[in-house]
Amino acid sequence: MNTVNVRYFASIREVLGNGEKIDVAEEVTVGALRDILIGKSPSHAAALARGKALRCALNQALSEESALVGQGAEVAFFPPVTGG
Amino acid sequence: MRRARVTIQTEDFDLTAEVAALRAQDSAVGAVAAFIGTVRDRTEGLGVSSMELEHYPGMTEKAIEAMIDDALFRFDIRGVRVIHRVGMLMPQDQIVLVAVTSVHREQAFQACEFLMDYLKTQAPFWKKEHSPEGARWVDARVSDDDALTRWGLSSRNAAA
Repeated sequence: MNTVNVRYFASIREVLGNGEKIDVAEEVTVGALRDILIGKSPSHAAALARGKALRCALNQALSEESALVGQGAEVAFFPPVTGG
Repeated sequence: MRRARVTIQTEDFDLTAEVAALRAQDSAVGAVAAFIGTVRDRTEGLGVSSMELEHYPGMTEKAIEAMIDDALFRFDIRGVRVIHRVGMLMPQDQIVLVAVTSVHREQAFQACEFLMDYLKTQAPFWKKEHSPEGARWVDARVSDDDALTRWGLSSRNAAA
């Protein structure tokens, strides 16, 4: 098992909270993790829905959904960034 | 001690003090370009009474540090200072400072623009506007993604 530290920001944080720890199989991609989370509850399904503009970060660097989530990784989901 | 290049803070910043610190003990500097982003009192015709800024502590600093390393590689510049505020801001408040020093002006101007284009699309910050009609998260702009392409970088931040 691999315990992943999931973080949420901005509009997604408002729905799902700051984050959660979740146990996943050893080898999952960021995209697969997103699908697992979508299956957790109706609010997860709405906040992380496919087709919605959503960015992800793996260990605090912007990442593609194809990236492999390593042991004890931190994965963040958030809307497009709007700083500056 | 090496001065910090990136600071995320709730407090305001002082342009004069920051530029003075950046120029201190570097007599090769002949140009300083600085950009300051501020809070508008309206967007798309809607009034803005305040603006809330959120970031991703740790990742935000790392992302901007990487941008500065990239700028130092691409441009002939001497020093960079970036300050970005978070928390609750009011119209006319300062949000962000990007200041760059160089020997001649062209490199400082370009690096300053490059850093802002990069920051807009790659640094994890989110703005929420409050108005008498309610609060709304600001949408990312495709034009900001387009701005980054002139530096040979692609971004799909605003894309669906």
